[in-house]
Amino acid sequence: MALLEVENLEVTFGLRQGAVKALRDVSFTVERGERVGIVGESGAGKSVAAFSILNLISRPGYISGGQIRFEGQDLSKLSSDAMREIRGNRIAMIFQDPMMTLNPVLTLGQQMVECLKAHRKISTQEARLIAVEKLRQVHIPSPEKRIDQYPHELSGGMRQRVIIAIALLLDPVLIIADEPTTALDVTIQAEIMELLLELCESNNVGLVLITHDLGVVSQVTQKAIVMYAGRVIEQGPTKEIINDAQHPYTQGLINALPQQTLPGQRLNQIPGSMPSLQNIPAGCAFNPRCEFVMDVCKQTLPGFTRSGGCQVACHMVREMKEKAAQEAS
Amino acid sequence: MTTPVEVLDIPTRPSAWARFKDTHLFHSFTRDKVAMVSFGLFVLYALAALFAPLIAPYNPYDPASIDIMNSELPPIWQEGADPAFLLGTDAQGRDMLSTMLYGTRISLMIGICAVMLQMFLGVLIGLSAGYFGGRVDSFLMRMADIQLSFSTMMVAIVVLAVFQAAFGAELYADLAIFMLILVIGIAEWPQYARTVRASVLAEKHKEYVDAARVMGFGSGRIMWRHILPNTLSPLLVISTVQVANAIISEASLSFLGLGMPVSQPSLGSLISSGFEYIFSGAWWITVLPGIVLVVLVLVMNLLGDWLRDVLNPKLYKG
Amino acid sequence: MIAFVVRRLFQAVIVMFVISLLSFSIQDNLGDPLRELVGQSVSEEERQALRDELGLNDPFLTQYLRFVGNALEGDLGTSYFFKEPALDVILNKLPATLELVFGATLIIILLSVPLGVYSAINPRSWFSKTVMGMSIVGISIPVFLTAIMAIYLFSVELNWLPSYGRGETVPVFGSWETGFLTKDGLLHLLLPCASLASIMLPLFIRLIRSEMMEVLESEYVKYAWAKGLSPLRIWFLHALKNTMLPVITVGGVQIGTMVAYTILTETVFQWPGMGFLFLEAVNRVDTPLIVAYLIVVGAIFVITNTLVDLIYGLVNPTVKLAGKKS
Repeated sequence: MALLEVENLEVTFGLRQGAVKALRDVSFTVERGERVGIVGESGAGKSVAAFSILNLISRPGYISGGQIRFEGQDLSKLSSDAMREIRGNRIAMIFQDPMMTLNPVLTLGQQMVECLKAHRKISTQEARLIAVEKLRQVHIPSPEKRIDQYPHELSGGMRQRVIIAIALLLDPVLIIADEPTTALDVTIQAEIMELLLELCESNNVGLVLITHDLGVVSQVTQKAIVMYAGRVIEQGPTKEIINDAQHPYTQGLINALPQQTLPGQRLNQIPGSMPSLQNIPAGCAFNPRCEFVMDVCKQTLPGFTRSGGCQVACHMVREMKEKAAQEAS
Repeated sequence: MTTPVEVLDIPTRPSAWARFKDTHLFHSFTRDKVAMVSFGLFVLYALAALFAPLIAPYNPYDPASIDIMNSELPPIWQEGADPAFLLGTDAQGRDMLSTMLYGTRISLMIGICAVMLQMFLGVLIGLSAGYFGGRVDSFLMRMADIQLSFSTMMVAIVVLAVFQAAFGAELYADLAIFMLILVIGIAEWPQYARTVRASVLAEKHKEYVDAARVMGFGSGRIMWRHILPNTLSPLLVISTVQVANAIISEASLSFLGLGMPVSQPSLGSLISSGFEYIFSGAWWITVLPGIVLVVLVLVMNLLGDWLRDVLNPKLYKG
Repeated sequence: MIAFVVRRLFQAVIVMFVISLLSFSIQDNLGDPLRELVGQSVSEEERQALRDELGLNDPFLTQYLRFVGNALEGDLGTSYFFKEPALDVILNKLPATLELVFGATLIIILLSVPLGVYSAINPRSWFSKTVMGMSIVGISIPVFLTAIMAIYLFSVELNWLPSYGRGETVPVFGSWETGFLTKDGLLHLLLPCASLASIMLPLFIRLIRSEMMEVLESEYVKYAWAKGLSPLRIWFLHALKNTMLPVITVGGVQIGTMVAYTILTETVFQWPGMGFLFLEAVNRVDTPLIVAYLIVVGAIFVITNTLVDLIYGLVNPTVKLAGKKS
């Protein structure tokens, strides 16, 4: 049994102009200790997917279909108290911007201790000891002093370390990290990512990493999920996807990495931009930007085709596979 | 200024009127019953105020038309009423309907004039502060802070009280309307100045302003043609609520005897003059103008709320 | 802490300086102290001699410094009407006004926080909509009208509550007469305090609601939910503490307005406080009393603003009262 199974997840936002589906038919699994990356441009629905796991989508969004099973339990059937027991305890989250994530008027200690006390019967003294220990694990110097400071007394990198420490407080089995380094200085991004990776590995914690950076995905994760306009378009082992991407969109993303470009050359980019969720084109949502577009792409939504260890939603890939199979037989 | 430059003028924003008739505003108006009723009532008030001399059955300013024998007559639905006075009479025998129409006229006029003065000062100061920046900015905003830290009511009461004591009540009665407009107008400019300044700062570095400057337009023209139109929606929202506040301030000052005299009453001084008769049962002298006043202010506040929800401008929170 | 005290003192000095200048020019231009002293029947020469003697012909600065010097010794002149030191007359009325403000503040705090928080958490419930609807009606009714209507309803029609005065008071701390300790005094406080609170309460409900709704959308509140904290802790600690920061600032400004509104409330309820006295003084052109009132109000203003700053500093850790550099 997988640790987390997301099946046909659909999320709708009830806007004044009408209901808009931010996620459609999203399915993936995370095994114990597995690190999974969800990649896509902003607006592709990655963050919505992450927040919907903990049922934390803010109004007017709501989960309108599908199932999320965590350790075999259907999360949608849980009471709000039971859901609260999972949040922060079994599944921890790391938010994007450490400057906005910590409450400015509470000390680090208060924000750590309250988390422990919410899930465990524990005295404030014991909780503080655990908190100091976790701060030490994320390499915060003199944690006994830092713990009584307010967030504004710490730098952005320091704050993200604190947030990682908070995520580890209750020894969760899964951490969901929503672009954990995007808001940081480039110089400390790698440092923080390495810390996160190291702690996940040593504690055998599963990780769902939301990012727009394929480079990070290739370094950190074992499985990658590529999203476009609210749908999964390709998923599979990270190595296969990076080395041999099938979907034209994924190929475009990989070609756009700076490593793929010779010095002095212009960076490759995918022409056009992602459609807004209100007017997603018929057929494959990527068809207006796709250089291999065919007639069928403009009419029918592609289903998933197996390709090695990957699943790809693309008509062209399906036709190529079918042709190859025919020739083989 | 040469013609080619005129031609090159960037096709910037639509005019103020076109923005006002913006479809989003109009559509949400047609869907919002509260807004429609409020607006309807406001128009009714405006018309009543404008045409008070034509509508009113009597002229309350004309001592010849007033008979003290007619004093304290109740409205016609009560016993002892005189059909000649639809809503009864006050303690001096003036027709309530007429005095209320004239009172609305004065209250609304003071409210609107005071807000126009506030807006004039605020926009001027806000534009200068935002556009020139630096020392001018910090000086003007420091002034705004100080002005804001004194309560408007307190300042108005003290200033008007001192003036009344200095001029004597009779001369003061003649000047009251100007004094009220001046005091309420001057005391509340920082609200406008801060909002305008914030808009200017937001717009100042946008490309079209740079473009206009590169083309050699003077700062006055840039501010007037390019920056000011962007501040219209916050100004509209503030003004609606400010008129409501100004009317309340005027009524309160008049109630204290620091505002409009009984001979030329606003709604506030009408309420004030009726107060002592409430104990003898002549409730209508106080209650009727009270209702007129509250509905007027409520309508303005509701319109202000609705405008803020629809236009959703960035207001300066202080 | 020292930096804070110094800054506050500096501000207090400036405010008091402005008030003293204003007061002095009022005293200088309003009324004729000579006429108050000797009446009309004195010859012009004697008047001049008296003017010289009183220092009324001295240069402006000398007169002003003398005024400030006397003021610092607590001597603000003698009330023309009461023939007593003006400051004493005002200070005698201070407890009545302060109790009125205290009662109203109590009502505002006790009601605005729960109502504002509730309507921010449940913006769509009928109760929130009712509260918001009533609050917009509330801010549309001038204080004096609320007071009049309250008298008409509860005193004239229903005859439940007294309509004027403080009722029975008992002395505490020496000369402080309080109405909070007797049943009669409390009954007398009820209507004036409720009226004074009537316009501020909806203002604060609306303010708390809108600030709270904004805070509830913030990242750190979302994060608090993600940590699995209880809703009560999130609403009343994480969200409310941040909500109160702007509310405290606005509250500080509103205290000045509240003192101004006491003049209105006291007039309607014949409340024997400073505001009522001030209006009487204005009508009698009792200059020393007017000046004394301004100075006392200025002092209240400075003290409350300092208190509000202190509270703000206690709630907001990014403000350093200690003035140390990080």
